Amino acid sequence: MTNPEAGLRMWQGNHACAEGAIAAGCRFFAGYPITPSTEIAEILARRLPLVGGKFIQMEDEIAAMGAIIGASLGGTKSMTATSGPGFSLKQENIGFAVMAEVPCVVVNVQRGGPSTGLPTQPSQADIMQSRWGTHGDHPIIAIAPASVRETYDMTIKAFNLAEKYRNPVILLLDEVIGHLTEKIVLPDPAKIEIFDRKKPDVSPEEYLPYELNDTDIPAMANFGEGYRYHVTGLAHDDTGFPTNDPEKIRLQLERLNRKIERYREEIIEVENLETRDAEVLVISFGSTARSAKRAVLNARENGVAAGLLRLKTIWPFPEKEIQEACQLVKKIVVAEMNLGQVAHEVEWATRRDKPVIRVNKINGEAIKPNEIYAAIIS
Amino acid sequence: MDYLGYLRQDKMPHIWCDGCGNGIILKSLLRVIDKLGWAKDDIALVSGIGCSSRTAGYVDFNTLHTTHGRAIAFATGLKIARPELHVIVVSGDGDATAIGGNHFIHAARRNIDLTLIIYNNYIYGMTGGQVSPTTPTGKKSSTTPYGNPDATFDICRLAEAAGAVYVARSTVFHVGRMDHYFEQALTRMGFSVVEIITPCPTSYGRQNKEGNAIDMLLSLKEKSLSIEKAAGLPADELQGKIVTGVFVDREQLSYLEKYNQVIEKAREINQ
Repeated sequence: MTNPEAGLRMWQGNHACAEGAIAAGCRFFAGYPITPSTEIAEILARRLPLVGGKFIQMEDEIAAMGAIIGASLGGTKSMTATSGPGFSLKQENIGFAVMAEVPCVVVNVQRGGPSTGLPTQPSQADIMQSRWGTHGDHPIIAIAPASVRETYDMTIKAFNLAEKYRNPVILLLDEVIGHLTEKIVLPDPAKIEIFDRKKPDVSPEEYLPYELNDTDIPAMANFGEGYRYHVTGLAHDDTGFPTNDPEKIRLQLERLNRKIERYREEIIEVENLETRDAEVLVISFGSTARSAKRAVLNARENGVAAGLLRLKTIWPFPEKEIQEACQLVKKIVVAEMNLGQVAHEVEWATRRDKPVIRVNKINGEAIKPNEIYAAIIS
Repeated sequence: MDYLGYLRQDKMPHIWCDGCGNGIILKSLLRVIDKLGWAKDDIALVSGIGCSSRTAGYVDFNTLHTTHGRAIAFATGLKIARPELHVIVVSGDGDATAIGGNHFIHAARRNIDLTLIIYNNYIYGMTGGQVSPTTPTGKKSSTTPYGNPDATFDICRLAEAAGAVYVARSTVFHVGRMDHYFEQALTRMGFSVVEIITPCPTSYGRQNKEGNAIDMLLSLKEKSLSIEKAAGLPADELQGKIVTGVFVDREQLSYLEKYNQVIEKAREINQ
């Protein structure tokens, strides 16, 4: 009952996300209804009580984010799911989870914005909000699956990354992926790799919750396990207590901002399709990458040397991977359902060395293969 | 008893001003915890933002100093993850009833097993004396320089209407009663609220010419009236009074008890 058995399923992305969370060891979900993410909450409301977990619908998005941080501090892997407006509301507490280094997963099934926008239609316009939605310099991880099966895998990955790096992880779906129903083959639960937070191996007296160690990732004690310590969103020293000492603040904030970047090679995943000899490189992610794949294959059939670099990791940004894939190309096409949030990063990563053609759409329609194809051959 | 054994002495001096009542509340809370014999490892104290919320840094428990107004939301998750912990939320009038008002009423409705202690000093102290939802109408604050036009919240009546199982109010002058209410609240299953009226000579008293710290403390005695005595009085005679006592004491299944029923039902249906 705990994990779904291996085998065939017909699931939508949101369902795969909910079941992936359970497979990852998530035993607490706090949420608030919002289209197009609501199915994740509905499925977990049904499933969590059956696997020794708990579900709660909180009074608002802010409370849902606070509740998962509290539960994670208690040692329970925790998740919330939302969409645009709710993602905006969660930002302050996401910053708390970053500052206090509390592992948790925040799913954002992107819909059109700004404001109430297009509740039932897809978008990929929360790229920058994922990176900079909360105030202050801070590290973040955001990953974006492009299929139902990958949503399952990447939800598990989101938990593993959160636990490993003691950071909130943003799982960026979009309405297409969330509501797309596909036939998938679930992996053998015994073969799923699960990472749990590193617990302290010292006595409570010696424990430093924000230790400056050579990994940059301090061990994390759970509340109620004999390590009485203090957790705050205030700038703190290695003991976890607030400090105004500029040197101590510098050391902690530099470590915080370094801890994801230094492990970027371990974190970042991209998929290369026909990129080895590509003259035109298409860069895309999420559901748009599916149209991009079709466009690239069509181009190849017509003798155009196109390739696709699909970003599975959005943050930290796959700068080096893009640079490598771009070495021989003559032009770059970035396809995304926003006005160029990733394209801008691509231009920066390639130092505007190659022309970057943007294929953008923000009217609630998915980008079609022929729109990307037209850019490839233009 | 050994108060110091419950405090993180290396974090002293605390930030509270001379004449602030917060220390009296903290001492009462520690006295009751000591009486109950709870182990420090088994207690989590969760707070939000403001003067009251700095309590979390000073006590030697599992302590969580959250974002403004959200302590109850964090505490809800923690309690669900660790039902064996005694989870106490410390908040102020602004933190609990303005920015955190939604979490306050819904925690009461849900009857999650937490004890909420509200230090009510009628003002935003930490930011320098701005109007709060409990600043009496007509009183001055730095953002109501001509007097507060707003009506006030009655925190205890709000908690009662929202569903809390135990609700009481005392002042820092009435220490014995405060101890008693804390003990009752901490040992009740479900959402319990104790509101303590505490003087803020620096930010509230000074702007409203309420005298020095001792004057303010004595005025708590003068203004206080038991809920039993208040019951028979007309509204105009209750103007400016502090009604103290136990407002609610009822038994009702707590959230986690009810959720355990959900689990049973889910298993039954899915067998």
